[in-house]
Amino acid sequence: MKLTLRVWRQPSPQVKGKMANYHLTDVSEDMSFLEMLDVLNEQLILDGEDPIAFDHDCREGICGSCGLMINGIAHGPEQTTTCQLHMRSFSDGDTIDIEPWRSGGFPVVKDLVVDRSAFDRIISAGGFISAPTGTAPDAHATPVPKVDADAAFDAATCIGCGACVAACPNGSAMLFTAAKVTHLGLLPQGQPERDARVVRMVAQQDAEDFGGCTNIGECSAVCPKGISMETISRLNHDLLGALRANAVPTS
Amino acid sequence: MALELFLDGDPIADTKAPTDVPIGERWSERKFRGKLVNPANRRKMTVIIVGTGLAGGAAAATLAEAGYHVKSFWFQDSPRRAHSIAAQGGINAAKNYRNDGDSVHRLFYDTVKGGDFRSRENNVHRLAEVSTQIIDQCVAQGVPFAREYGGLLDNRSFGGAQVSRTFYARGQTGQQLLIGAYQAFERQVAAGGIETHSRTEMLDLVVVDGKARGIVVRDLVTGEVSTHIGDAVVLGTGGYSNVYYLSTNAKGSNTTAIWRAHKRGAYFANPCYTQIHPTCIPVSGDYQSKLTLMSESLRNDGRVWVPKERGDTRAPQDIPEDERDYYLERKYPAFGNLVPRDIASRQAKNVCDEGRGVGPGGLGVYLDFADAIERLGRKTVEAKYGNLFDMYARITGEDPYASGMRIYPAVHYTMGGLWVDYDLQSTIPGLFVIGEANFSDHGANRLGASALMQGLSDGYFVLPNTITDYLSAAPFEKVPADHPAIVEAEAGVKAQVEKFLSINGTRTVASFHRELGRLVWDYCGMERTAEGLRKALDRIPEIRKEFWTNVKVAGDAHTFNQNLEHAARVADFIELAELMCIDALHREESCGGHFRAESQTPEGEALRNDEEFAYVAAWGWTPEGEPPVLHKEALEYEYVHLAQRSYK
Repeated sequence: MKLTLRVWRQPSPQVKGKMANYHLTDVSEDMSFLEMLDVLNEQLILDGEDPIAFDHDCREGICGSCGLMINGIAHGPEQTTTCQLHMRSFSDGDTIDIEPWRSGGFPVVKDLVVDRSAFDRIISAGGFISAPTGTAPDAHATPVPKVDADAAFDAATCIGCGACVAACPNGSAMLFTAAKVTHLGLLPQGQPERDARVVRMVAQQDAEDFGGCTNIGECSAVCPKGISMETISRLNHDLLGALRANAVPTS
Repeated sequence: MALELFLDGDPIADTKAPTDVPIGERWSERKFRGKLVNPANRRKMTVIIVGTGLAGGAAAATLAEAGYHVKSFWFQDSPRRAHSIAAQGGINAAKNYRNDGDSVHRLFYDTVKGGDFRSRENNVHRLAEVSTQIIDQCVAQGVPFAREYGGLLDNRSFGGAQVSRTFYARGQTGQQLLIGAYQAFERQVAAGGIETHSRTEMLDLVVVDGKARGIVVRDLVTGEVSTHIGDAVVLGTGGYSNVYYLSTNAKGSNTTAIWRAHKRGAYFANPCYTQIHPTCIPVSGDYQSKLTLMSESLRNDGRVWVPKERGDTRAPQDIPEDERDYYLERKYPAFGNLVPRDIASRQAKNVCDEGRGVGPGGLGVYLDFADAIERLGRKTVEAKYGNLFDMYARITGEDPYASGMRIYPAVHYTMGGLWVDYDLQSTIPGLFVIGEANFSDHGANRLGASALMQGLSDGYFVLPNTITDYLSAAPFEKVPADHPAIVEAEAGVKAQVEKFLSINGTRTVASFHRELGRLVWDYCGMERTAEGLRKALDRIPEIRKEFWTNVKVAGDAHTFNQNLEHAARVADFIELAELMCIDALHREESCGGHFRAESQTPEGEALRNDEEFAYVAAWGWTPEGEPPVLHKEALEYEYVHLAQRSYK
């Protein structure tokens, strides 16, 4: 098929970006979206132009590296990662807009590449269970009800791609933070730090340049792993409980 | 042959494993004999760790918890992206929670046998011992393994074993284990124990007075080249499957860190031992950028078959039962569809070579779930494998519940890597290598669900206990910034960057990578012959020459430039490919994933030659145009007796 692409080009954070037009012929519907961009980049290199920078790595939907705004939707028309989107979701003659994630919390590095290190800092603030290597009891010491284990797993499938932030009109990272609070808060191992975790992670999220959550739900609608809005309810529940108990040490 | 291709060097041996005590006591004994570092001194020592996968991430967290100052480097945007995340099926551990006869000794035995008797017994036994601690550790961190209704952990079976010892988290076990390690890592970042260097690629090793003391890195965003010095350097940089261009590895996975350490004196062991995974989604076109694996766990319930007649183009549903050949069940009744990966892959190749392959180009076999769906119900199959079925449907546009899957083998893992001793130290003192980047535990073939086990074993439990013996002599003397070793290494890195940008030829980096990958796949892939390997060895130097005179690299050196990153990686893959082919040519036997057509049993199975080849081939680097030097480490089997593998 033939396609017109309108792609965000921005050489560096200091330089203002703009949309640029490219025409592609001979795109196969079995190509992945990123393979389509590979083909364009090969052509750009041979023409002596700068290829389009975009993050990607595993190309099987699990590493969370890739993420593009495609026609204004995070990861495009299917609810999956950009790397798992295939060109059979488009039609001959289409014009496709491709932009980076846009949020104050994700500054542009180049073209379609953004800096998502804010997510690492949110995890660093409390998204863990303190279990130094070598201290663990036998794995069967604490049975976990299957329903809790399964719900924890559902939340733990978050890949940290940032689509939730990109889709949110407020640019909020709430779904990302809530997924981790839910994953760890549902497990018996996660209980001792449950109050401190939610307070610190939310504080870090607020310290980054993300907006607040107003329960719009765009995040969950584009999440490639289908993380549910229930995680946000759970975060709010845990946060209120922790603040009410005033049980959080300050450091 | 020896004269033209390589030179014979001195033999090499591990001297760290205490072989004067029985194998079950060696790990405890080694930890006892090794020197320790007092907690007050640890904070004065810097350990550089490259890579944040299961091995590197776990090691960084654990060493920081112990009090060392860790500097961590990775090329992706976050430490959570490392390719360990893509592992699907599970992780082995000798817990014997199923009460099905499993034990440390049985896991040890299965792994040595599965590796076709080309791994080191001491290392494998330790791996089996440590396996149980890994599960405990991960559960304590909150890794949501699959559980049964009673709340206890569930298990599944994997290839090469007759017990159920694989722990899993749906089809995303690697992701969950890596997130566990990543969270422990981030906890140490907050505590100040780990200094982080994101989007930073190691491009050389700094060796001072014979010791690994640092690395030269390039900041991938700004292009700045700088040097970091420490008391020890640890590489957890993964495998080199992307030498084949098409593999199941992430696009960024590369050999550069270990290859450049090799060029500084670290021996490279068994480079030709590569694993071809039997169950991947077949190639669909020339634009293909990577291959996607379908977890081996699918072989628990899926049945592999092809039509009995060649050229049968009917849809799979239309082919009656008696016209199908379930060739794995037919040839290996004891293990059936769960034979080890090397065997499953080669048998798929054989039936396709016979003209019975299915799908475009005849390069595919069916993995059929009709029986499982009838026996267990679609719901159960969905619960077990739903995400894999979805992934298959998304990539191929076909419904695997209705028509099964088409699969074909693809390169997945490399057993070869930098040579290490029992302490995981390379031939350069102070350079430690962990996870897939080293060679030590899987021999000539890795069993399923053992990569995660090894990565975490090395990272959480082995390295943190062995590196202390080396660090007991640290902190070492300061290395001034104008030290000749630093100046020379940085200049080399900068010169290479400038060279790439100045060639301005007519072919892209990717076109060279594709050509190289195709060549290595054809001649050093599932089946190797002396004739084919010689062809490859004639062609690789030509590719190398053309690459360095005709490649076109876009952009400049001072901004984010992914094309430049790729160029440096491909340059190293070209050099590595040559060593792989030399290694494959010199090993005139078949073993595990290394199948030499000249060495097979009458039934077409791999035929080892233990008389001549029961050794690890550890290669020393020599400059271009000079043959590499072969150092042999003799392999002795005290506890598992050498035997022809049989899965019939």
